[in-house]
Amino acid sequence: MAPIATPFFFYLLAAIMLIGGILVIMCRNAVHSALALIVTLLAQSAIYLMLYAPFVAGVQIILYAGGIMVLFLFVIMLVNIDRALKERQFNSQWWVGIIAATTLGGLFIAVYTKGKSIFPERIASVAEADNTQRVASLLYGQYMFAFEIASLLLLVAIIGAVVMAKKRI
Amino acid sequence: MESMLHITTLHYLVLGAALFLLGVIGVLTRRNVVIVLMSIELILNAVNLNLIAFSRMWGGLHGQVFAIFVITDAAAEAAVGLGILIAFFRNKETVNIDEVNLLKW
Repeated sequence: MAPIATPFFFYLLAAIMLIGGILVIMCRNAVHSALALIVTLLAQSAIYLMLYAPFVAGVQIILYAGGIMVLFLFVIMLVNIDRALKERQFNSQWWVGIIAATTLGGLFIAVYTKGKSIFPERIASVAEADNTQRVASLLYGQYMFAFEIASLLLLVAIIGAVVMAKKRI
Repeated sequence: MESMLHITTLHYLVLGAALFLLGVIGVLTRRNVVIVLMSIELILNAVNLNLIAFSRMWGGLHGQVFAIFVITDAAAEAAVGLGILIAFFRNKETVNIDEVNLLKW
């Protein structure tokens, strides 16, 4: 099925994502930042749907907006102190931030204006019905070893998080 | 106008670049450790958006598989980072990243 009104939805979702991202780095309260980040992640999962990646969109919602953000909110609840709200929110490295942002932004603009012809106008047609099956067969076939390593990484992360959060370290 | 209305891979890449820049600014300028970690999540999401856009461009699914691995890494990083943050908060009673200077000499 051909997508309907792609430009409208792309610009709408891009605007939601960018406004959410700006709110993440501008909000004084960390809880507001976390909520803005959730909005950004949900808009991004909608963009994944536009790019025919329904499985990754579902993983994004379940893992990011559901799992990681709950973890963030729990930690904010544990460490949130009113003193942090009254402090200065930005450090004295703002000029480093501006320099890095302008340099990277200029680099991106240069690459994209130069490389406009590299990216093909016509994009490949993909099968959308069996996306999940094909992703799964790649994960359990060609990327089997990386998959196992990822499970090991998660085990290490679990142990690390438990050890870090122990009473005496 | 024509290029505005025909959404190509480049549009998604520009969106990803903008998100990446927001994350970099957040990491470099904020003082709250929690928000710095959230900015890192923004950066990882920008990378994921690029991977999915390229996967769409070539019609393969390798980019999507890689995006799933990046999400796994993001989960591990968030868990360990927030654990470190809790340990730090227990010792110093603050979430200000300027106070994280135990290894500074």
